[in-house]
Amino acid sequence: MTDKKPKLAVWKFASCDGCQLSILDCEDELLAVADAVEIAYFPEATSAESPPPYDISLVEGSITTEHDIKRIQTIRKRSKALVTIGACATAGGIQALRNFADVRDFTRTVYARPEYIRTLEKSTPIADHVFVDFELRGCPVNKYQLLEVLNAFLNGRKPNIPAYSVCVECKRGGVACVAVTQGVACLGPITHAGCGALCPRFNRGCYGCFGPMETPNPESLADWWLAHGMQPAEVQRALRTFNAYAEPFRKESERHES
Amino acid sequence: MSRKTIKVDYLARVEGEGGLSIKMKDDRVVDVQLRIFEPPRFFEAFLQGRSFMEVPDITARICGICPVAYQMSSCHAMESIAGVQVDGMLRELRRLLYCGEWIESHALHTFMLHAPDFLGYPDAIQMAKDHPDLVKLALRLKKHGNDIMVRLAGREIHPINVRVGGFYRVPTRQELLSLVDDLKWSRDAAREAVEALAGLPFPEFEQDYEYVALRHPDEYPFNEGRLVSNKGLDIDIADYDQHFVEVHVAYSSALHSRLKKRDNYHVGPLARYNLNFDRLPSSVKKIAKAHKLEPPVNNPFRSIAVRGLETLFAVEEALRIIESYEPPPLPYVEVVPRAGTGHGCTEAPRGILYHRYTLDDNGIVLDARIVPPTSQNQKTIENDLWRFVEQGIATNMEHDLLAHTCEQAIRNYDPCISCSTHFLKLDFEQV
Repeated sequence: MTDKKPKLAVWKFASCDGCQLSILDCEDELLAVADAVEIAYFPEATSAESPPPYDISLVEGSITTEHDIKRIQTIRKRSKALVTIGACATAGGIQALRNFADVRDFTRTVYARPEYIRTLEKSTPIADHVFVDFELRGCPVNKYQLLEVLNAFLNGRKPNIPAYSVCVECKRGGVACVAVTQGVACLGPITHAGCGALCPRFNRGCYGCFGPMETPNPESLADWWLAHGMQPAEVQRALRTFNAYAEPFRKESERHES
Repeated sequence: MSRKTIKVDYLARVEGEGGLSIKMKDDRVVDVQLRIFEPPRFFEAFLQGRSFMEVPDITARICGICPVAYQMSSCHAMESIAGVQVDGMLRELRRLLYCGEWIESHALHTFMLHAPDFLGYPDAIQMAKDHPDLVKLALRLKKHGNDIMVRLAGREIHPINVRVGGFYRVPTRQELLSLVDDLKWSRDAAREAVEALAGLPFPEFEQDYEYVALRHPDEYPFNEGRLVSNKGLDIDIADYDQHFVEVHVAYSSALHSRLKKRDNYHVGPLARYNLNFDRLPSSVKKIAKAHKLEPPVNNPFRSIAVRGLETLFAVEEALRIIESYEPPPLPYVEVVPRAGTGHGCTEAPRGILYHRYTLDDNGIVLDARIVPPTSQNQKTIENDLWRFVEQGIATNMEHDLLAHTCEQAIRNYDPCISCSTHFLKLDFEQV
């Protein structure tokens, strides 16, 4: 009776729900996870709740409203460890494309009554607002990496999540380089590993959904693309997707403003 | 003056952020609001200026639970602009991918999110303590749906192998055949699932809906067909805008859809099933009859059993496609962009998903419009709640049970609130 299980909470901000769905997609492991922790807050999966503090909070989604700034600060105070899951929480997500435009124009484009809509000018990652213990990348996250992070935090060790590039995953997996052999534009050289080189395995270039690797050199890659005939607007679009507001991608994309 | 309310600040076991408020006065319902406070993400705005080839990967991010639906509606719209028809084995592979999404999404919703309501648990994990075999069956069924997506398109959430014109790489015959044993298990499991779901206790609540779904000349619909209803609608998807409007209400960041000539309507499994029962294989019809689920099924609470039948159909359809599969010579049809406007409408697990795009000569998006299933169902959900609460008051239903059943009634529609907030442009408004 003295065994108190660690409390897990799962939070959602602006997002597609895919990263928290990854937890439910661990079909073989879900019941074991539910056995190892107390699921204290996870509204997508359960209507039961138990009170804070939480041992570990998983946070999905980016900050796009005043209310959500306050909410993430409260969550931080109530959580021993706070881990962001996915590109929205870690880099602002696809909705951070507003950061390069005027959000009022966006609101008018989509809504007939813009005055009903409350939103911030920028979509920002969680770490812009509170201290984050670990950022797990991916759009969506890799569910096995998510299990590894949970496991690590529950056991008081550092998660084993390599920060090298997708290129390393191709080489280790024996995947022929799509950039070299087919001349396909591939973001693999500057993109964080974690997917297992999924796109090259399916004969397409990496589109950067895991965001920048540790110490990337996007300028060199972009110059190489330009030298091989890509237009600056195409280079910019390639860098401006799900991790557009991650600094290395953002800075390089700004170099190609038309 | 007696005034009571039913208020749910944050709906659990649905995708995304929504709440419910029902106001009653003197035993009458005076207001029902399904509030959607999911913050807007402005997809239709930032799609402007993107290349047509990037659109399926971007729109997939509207929804983590039905990304294939977004990819398919986008691809079909782009192909219609270019005048390209994707058929043969490539078309079959698209259906196969959709089967995977229906299986995983329906298994998730029916057993993990909705069945706990019927059996009195807060979630599937608690339910597993008393019904371990059922939850394990559902998890394995869901996994085999996901297996199809992983094998064919790389991963279950935001698959990477869908492109305008087809795929980046098509599977070998052997790669697909390796799924067959698990799918045969899934066929038996889905039959068991239907039996379990059809036997749940359903509140009495028959309604007269206008159902709207795709209808294809000879298939149960996934990707193609005319838009039809049980009240006289029969249109080409390109005429969608002439028949449907969206209304922006103050309490929701999702827009309400209505039929211009009538009013609210119902999309999703009940609509598909009631309008397309004759397109199901006889094996599925037989199971439906055995469980007294012949159409029309007009009780929305019974949609959970219809989802079970659709899961069985999707498993059988996946097996049929795999058994006749021969890899096509090329993984995709070349799509050369041209200026124009095109439409795509496909059957997401929770109902029709309509896309419309206008491209310039270089295939750059000038305008995008996306109408997800949940925003189309919003008004119908509110009407259901209105009537259900009045029925509950008339039969002296206990307040807590009534409030609980209201949440269950919302889940009848498997609402995907993350989707619905992405963001319809208005042709019409009403205050």
